[in-house]
Amino acid sequence: MSRALALRLEPYFYTAPSLLLIAAIMLVPLVTGLSYAFHDLILLDPLSGDFVGLDHFREMLNDDGFWTALRNTVVWTAVSVALQFGFGLILALLLDRPFPGRGLVQALVFLPWAVPGFLSGLTWAWLFNPVIGPLPHWLHGLGLLATPENILSDPHLALWGPIAANVWWGIPFFAITLLAALQSIPKDIYEAAAMDGAGPLLRFRRVTLPLLAPTIAITVMLRTVWVANFAELIVVMTKGGPADATQILSSYIFTLAFQRLDFGYASAVAAVLLLLLLAYAAAVMVLRHVMTERA
Amino acid sequence: MATITLSNVSKDYGGGPVLRGIDLEIREGEFVALMGPSGCGKSTLLRLIAGLEEPGGGQIRIDGRLVNDVAPKDRDLAMVFQSYALYPHMTVRENMSFALKQRRLPQAEITRAVEGAAAKLGLTALLERKPKALSGGQRQRVAMGRAIVRNPKAFLFDEPLSNLDARLREQMRYEIRKLHRELGATSVYVTHDQVEAMTMADRIVALNDGAIQQVGSPQDLYDNPANLFVAGFLGSPPMNFLDATLAQDGALVVEGQTLARVPPPAGLASDAAVTLGLRPERLALTTPTNSVPTRVDMVEPTGTGRVVHLALGAQRLKLFTMDTRPLAPGETVGLSVPPGAPLLFDPGSGTRVA
Amino acid sequence: MSKTFTRALHALALAAFVAFALFPLFWLLKVSLTPDDLMYGEGVRLWPSRVTLDHYGAVLRHTQFPLFFRNSLIVSAATGLFATAAASAAGYAFSRFRFRGKAWVVGVMLISQMFPLVIIVAPIFRLLSPLGLTNSLTGLVVVYTAFNTPFAAFLMQSFFEAIPKDLEEAAMMDGATRFQALRRVILPLTLPGLAATGGFVFTAAWSELLFSLMLNSSAAVSTFPAGLLGFVSKFSVDFGQMMAAGVLALLPVGAFFLLIQRYLVQGLTAGAVKG
Ligand SMILES: Nc1ncnc2c1ncn2[C@@H]1O[C@H](COP(=O)(O)OP(=O)(O)O)[C@@H](O)[C@H]1O
Ligand SMILES: [Mg+2]
Repeated sequence: MSRALALRLEPYFYTAPSLLLIAAIMLVPLVTGLSYAFHDLILLDPLSGDFVGLDHFREMLNDDGFWTALRNTVVWTAVSVALQFGFGLILALLLDRPFPGRGLVQALVFLPWAVPGFLSGLTWAWLFNPVIGPLPHWLHGLGLLATPENILSDPHLALWGPIAANVWWGIPFFAITLLAALQSIPKDIYEAAAMDGAGPLLRFRRVTLPLLAPTIAITVMLRTVWVANFAELIVVMTKGGPADATQILSSYIFTLAFQRLDFGYASAVAAVLLLLLLAYAAAVMVLRHVMTERA
Repeated sequence: MATITLSNVSKDYGGGPVLRGIDLEIREGEFVALMGPSGCGKSTLLRLIAGLEEPGGGQIRIDGRLVNDVAPKDRDLAMVFQSYALYPHMTVRENMSFALKQRRLPQAEITRAVEGAAAKLGLTALLERKPKALSGGQRQRVAMGRAIVRNPKAFLFDEPLSNLDARLREQMRYEIRKLHRELGATSVYVTHDQVEAMTMADRIVALNDGAIQQVGSPQDLYDNPANLFVAGFLGSPPMNFLDATLAQDGALVVEGQTLARVPPPAGLASDAAVTLGLRPERLALTTPTNSVPTRVDMVEPTGTGRVVHLALGAQRLKLFTMDTRPLAPGETVGLSVPPGAPLLFDPGSGTRVA
Repeated sequence: MSKTFTRALHALALAAFVAFALFPLFWLLKVSLTPDDLMYGEGVRLWPSRVTLDHYGAVLRHTQFPLFFRNSLIVSAATGLFATAAASAAGYAFSRFRFRGKAWVVGVMLISQMFPLVIIVAPIFRLLSPLGLTNSLTGLVVVYTAFNTPFAAFLMQSFFEAIPKDLEEAAMMDGATRFQALRRVILPLTLPGLAATGGFVFTAAWSELLFSLMLNSSAAVSTFPAGLLGFVSKFSVDFGQMMAAGVLALLPVGAFFLLIQRYLVQGLTAGAVKG
């Protein structure tokens, strides 16, 4: 083999193991999974398997469960990401200035990120349990709850349980990413701004935020997609209940597939979720492009 | 020791040509400087010789053998990087042994070679240190040491001194020259610094915009530059360039004044516009009456002498003199241009015409 | 505002964050140490009047958790190893080569991080079942390695970007092939990055629930999350034992995380500098 050819092939040699694996375990199954959306596919039902075209998508239009889950997905994602981001940014700013013991504090506040998702769910479910958890009593004490009950069994409040767990669990991710971005801002920019007479708030708005904006845009986008897909907390804490009041689309898909065994319909809902997320990601990228063009 | 031959070598990264039609023969034992401004393609040319980049076209030969298809590791060339590229996790000894271990030489031989090179460069006391614990100058020496232990066919240097302060740079210039004399190895030395090129090289290859402008000994390039680029690149303060017309009789007229006379060149139209090049140190001050009157604009003492900025009509020029007479801005002095000093260039193409 | 006041505010805010981060874990630990007879009476006290290790003893002796723990350890360690190896190679290619189709490769890896994984559970089951890779630890390792490689590759890329290209070029001039240069010069310098990436993947594999639940139904090959969830739905009132098991599930990942989190920030910083 000539050296020119060998050099041309070298990058593929390095990427091939990952690519093959991802293609075999993720992409091909994804295509198969999407094709189920157009089939009547019920597990353990030997009569199913016919091609049904867009029937599942028509069915979705009249499915209250789908619309509730869609609404919940928006609330769940928007509230979780906004709170994770807000607190994450504050935490990153607090950690960006040196103080004694910073290494230890940083390790401790980042710890929730290492907690497995299902375990965060279980832990918070226990915290909300009035028998062994303090939260209902505290909320009652603060006058937020009429009686110290488990909010997870109240259809109107239950979604806040998983959201609380999600915020607790997700703050470190934003804090780590934003801290990394903050630490890459050269310090002399701040000094120059301070020499120009800018106070801390102005410096934050005029220097820090614009420099962080690209990181923020990408991180928030990726995280939003991720949180929208993240069903584990809901499955573990409420199983989508009571009475499907806390289903988000991804947990609804899970329920459809593994409790009702309706893989065809579940795949159709998953296809819709995927489309919505791709549209969202594309919109963010376009917006970011427009913003950077103008700046 | 080796000859390196490039024929019609070109390179393009996809954004237009970076090197065009490079023809060059580097002789055995020669010290050649690749000189040119930043971005002109010097490093690319060096990396092509090293095998770190693939040529877009043309042939590269080492000792007559075509090496286009030979990996860097099999070319037996040593390279000293601008960043030194010392392996941070290895001691100085390990850094210098790396290439020899790679060749599976016996341990005793490696030790002997490394310690010999270290002695030559004054690194013996530093052998067990990591690069982090060395000063800039010491790191530079380790980079040199890593190259010389191998006894390679040729040395490639990519601006090896540009991260050192002025004093160290001068000292290393001398040491590299001395090493070259001792080892006699073919060396290709990339630099944007004309002083380095002038003082170190047997021959200079002047490179601009991806093309070779001129190849020759430093003195040759200094005295007989082939074009405006080479003329302007060498020399400090740089050569003066004036817009002039060349009359049929050989008179060089600048701003209505005849500055000098040259033998009338053949083939130039009468009253042709030319660019007149004058080296500041070839010019002399006289009294205004017996030469061209000019006005003093500014005087800069350099220690050895003075650089005098002169205004001649709307044009400016510099003159270097060791004359100590008092000079004040605004004063009118005489400028004398000795015969042989004027160099003439075509203002359009920049090539030398006389 | 005076300097002391700002500093006090800063410390107070950080203390609030630390308390918020640790409180749920503290509660987990507290309940796991509370004796059964005090469980309800002292349910909401900050610390029980008596502590016991009985729950841990029961979990370790009378349940299958030691087995689940071992399974999880095997799966997570193997996944960490394989995913980090594959991701290092890909991340190295991303950082050092320009090649045809690179944008596509990166795009594929990004897309793979965007869709609801639920949708591929059934297809993966159908793919692995005939190969005998369901109800098997190997099957989980294969699946987890695929899931974690993309992000790990981007992480490794940012670690490689922080190492100057000159270094492997110097090694190549010194007689090494690119692969030897990678092994002898670049990888030793990326050790913190490798540790961070490996730890990250280990944690992710340790935490995975859905596929473990769906692909492996036999207890002999259950991982800790699946086992714990099964335990919770069966013995949903035995809080002490559940939480003791929870604490045990947390130990390896918590320890790992405390060791590597410093390098994670470093890796992300390197990436941020670039982009
Ligand atoms: N890897 C590369 N990819 C694209 N362009 C490059 C690359 N390396 C160098 N160039 C371009 O080639 C030109 C010559 O670069 P270089 O040889 O490094 O210049 P010099 O060493 O003379 O300063 C520059 O315009 C540079 O931008
Ligand atoms: Mg260069």
